[in-house]
Amino acid sequence: MYLSSLSQRAKRRLIAASIATVVAISPAVLYAQEFRLGLSSPPTSMDPHFYNLFANLNVSDHIFEPLVTMDPDSKIIPALAESWTLVNETTWEFKLRKGIKFHDGSELTTADVAWSMERPATIVGSPGKFDVYTKSIAEKKIIDAHTIRFITKEPYPLLLPDLTSIYIVSKKATEGISSDDFSSGKGMVGTSRYKFVRFQRDDRVELERNDAYWGKRAEWNKVTLRFIPNGATRIAALLAGDVQAIENVPTPDLARIRSDSNIGMYSKISHRMIFLYPDASREKSPFVTTKDGKPLDKNPLQDVRVRQAISMSINRDAIKDRVMEGLSEPTNNLVPPNLFGHNPELKVPKYDPEGAKKLLAEAGYADGFGITIHTPNNRYVNDEKITQTIAQMLSRIGIAAKVEGMPMSVYSSRGAKREYSLGLLGWGAQTGEASSPLRALVACDDPARGFGGFNWLKYCNPKLNETLGKAVNTVDDQQRLKLLQDAAAIAINEYGIIPIHQQVTTWAARKGFAYTPRTDERTHAYGFRPQ
Amino acid sequence: MLVFIIRRLLQSVAVLLVMSLLVFVGVYAIGNPIDVLLSPDADQAERARTIASFGLDKPLWQQYFIFLKNALSGDMGRSFAFSTPALTLIFERMPATMELAVTAILFSIVLGIPLGLWAGLRPNSIAGKTIMAVSILGFSLPTFWVGLMLIMLFAVQLGWLPSSGRGPTQELLGIPVSFLSWDGLKHLFLPALNLSLFNIALVVRLTRAGAQEALLQDYVKFARAKGLSNKRIIGVHVLKNILIPIVTVIALQFGSIIAFAIVTESVFAWPGMGKLIIDSIRVLDRPVIVAYLMLIVVIFILINLVVDVVYSLLDPRVRLSDARG
Repeated sequence: MYLSSLSQRAKRRLIAASIATVVAISPAVLYAQEFRLGLSSPPTSMDPHFYNLFANLNVSDHIFEPLVTMDPDSKIIPALAESWTLVNETTWEFKLRKGIKFHDGSELTTADVAWSMERPATIVGSPGKFDVYTKSIAEKKIIDAHTIRFITKEPYPLLLPDLTSIYIVSKKATEGISSDDFSSGKGMVGTSRYKFVRFQRDDRVELERNDAYWGKRAEWNKVTLRFIPNGATRIAALLAGDVQAIENVPTPDLARIRSDSNIGMYSKISHRMIFLYPDASREKSPFVTTKDGKPLDKNPLQDVRVRQAISMSINRDAIKDRVMEGLSEPTNNLVPPNLFGHNPELKVPKYDPEGAKKLLAEAGYADGFGITIHTPNNRYVNDEKITQTIAQMLSRIGIAAKVEGMPMSVYSSRGAKREYSLGLLGWGAQTGEASSPLRALVACDDPARGFGGFNWLKYCNPKLNETLGKAVNTVDDQQRLKLLQDAAAIAINEYGIIPIHQQVTTWAARKGFAYTPRTDERTHAYGFRPQ
Repeated sequence: MLVFIIRRLLQSVAVLLVMSLLVFVGVYAIGNPIDVLLSPDADQAERARTIASFGLDKPLWQQYFIFLKNALSGDMGRSFAFSTPALTLIFERMPATMELAVTAILFSIVLGIPLGLWAGLRPNSIAGKTIMAVSILGFSLPTFWVGLMLIMLFAVQLGWLPSSGRGPTQELLGIPVSFLSWDGLKHLFLPALNLSLFNIALVVRLTRAGAQEALLQDYVKFARAKGLSNKRIIGVHVLKNILIPIVTVIALQFGSIIAFAIVTESVFAWPGMGKLIIDSIRVLDRPVIVAYLMLIVVIFILINLVVDVVYSLLDPRVRLSDARG
């Protein structure tokens, strides 16, 4: 033997060295087998079609896949569908990848796809159904086991972004079972990188690697998603090594995490925009007063110069530095630069309190007026702090601003009843392009088309509705981009909405784990890899 | 005693009814759950459909009577967020909370009574004074802060115990429990300790005061004169006599611990009922909030009843029928 030719001492050294090597790499091997991830909100159901809620989507992503999906920059990429073509303006043809197996070993066919498109509309008791994303499909035509056509009533370019939210489930496994059944594992038959093992409500989801995955196999053998809503506890779990990575690092702990050499931090601009919405449409507004609190006959916010002055008085960079610890990107757009529909012409307004004062004087409010800004205080990163800061900036140009913060549950119901004069809100463009905020936030109220659902203060410009209406029916990407950008420009140049910044999402991981951060804020165990 | 119990239960029904009305109207008065629950991309039609499907479009009195009618047949409504019956959700989490509450109560008995006795018997010793000083901390430090400190010390710095969550569970008589395994016990220790600190302090003070008072009583002097051993005097005669107020307080505290383990459960990410109620309040999941509060009322009623019965067993002079009517 080769070894026997070595001296006794050399042999012993060799053995010692190899033992040392094994010992040295074993923690890494151990890690490679199990990965524990701390998430900030628990899912309400395991049924991927039950509730269009961020926490639910996050978990579903590990087990189920849509036809098309979004990459970390929110660009649409193929998933279960290998390719798609537009046969004519209203007919989309999707070709499935061949040989994709569900977790139970059965093969994925277009019958499962057609079933998955029908199922969301049939869910009972859901507070937020997914059929907003499937109802544009008027007809489904199965061509063969791997080819399916969707026919829409009118040209509908948003089909692809919509489909990124619809998970494909196995027809055989889910037919006839209720959403509740999924918690026990029934129906949890997907195609994605992980297989479902166990769900302990509010506590954890345990997963096991799908070794038959069609794409690149996931790193970790076993994954535990732990749900730890309390920020301080989440950080403690990371520091104690109970989890190897967490999402949403609480801002008070940022400095500590940044200076800890055992922890790596990852961040990325998110699709979530924080903005102010002024009451531009009513003659009288409930919370606009004179400086000493008497009611005003005329609503100053109707004057575009007043709204512009408000925007100019906000020092967005100061908010970024002082309030957000650097974790925001000042903006004057509805979506971040990497999303479809971003308008590069809309530059962040310069902080100009003097100019703002002049504008106010021109509008006849040289002495300013009083206003109350309403804000949620438990929804967005530092929401109430941002509003407090803005209020101080407004007082600098003579507008005596007060702040009233409340939990989102109270805030939103009052907001929907049009009870505010100026409010702060956030919006995540879940479909990855600008039509989502345009439709919901600034389009005139048009229930028939689903426009203006969250346009609480009823800002309205018919031109915008017309442009947007055209955009959502224009299949040509170039033309649609132009229309979306134009629609955004109308709302923003009229200050119907005053964008402040895009949030920046954070993740933290222990040394040895790297993450590819995502614009859509989602946290995937398979997004982490050994470093 | 039977008459007493029946009368008590009948009174409880009236209490429940009044409570249900108060809770229902109170919860109805805050906000509108639809605006919080609805996904952003939903349109107005979807909004209207969801409101109707939850029955929120009906007037308040109608909603209340529907609730009452269903409640009588044991149906407390379905959660908006989970679409699972509210009671199922609560009962699913109950074992976790009960486990925590019982362990916390055990801690306060096992630690509180001996420490309190010690401090009562030797009030001027260093140990006695230390116990009393520490018990003040137990009263005054905020629970969430102590919880975080416990986590920082035992989990992050020392690495002895897990920082949060519940350990692996096993079925015991069909109920999932976590105290049967070493790992489960390790998870249980810190949150239970955190939850019990206040109660330990409470029991220490009660026991000490009781013991000091009892030592001056004639029956103790008499027992001493008769030549009984100190052990027997303290362990049997004194303890039995000071136990009554302690039992009452512990029992009532048990109710509060179950109902208000919220802070500890949030800090330790313990999947119990307290965490459920907080989440439900955040999204205004009305059926869960109402069902939870009703259940807590029932628990308090039952505990009070048990306290009265135990009272009469400890002290035969207490007659239930005339003690309270």
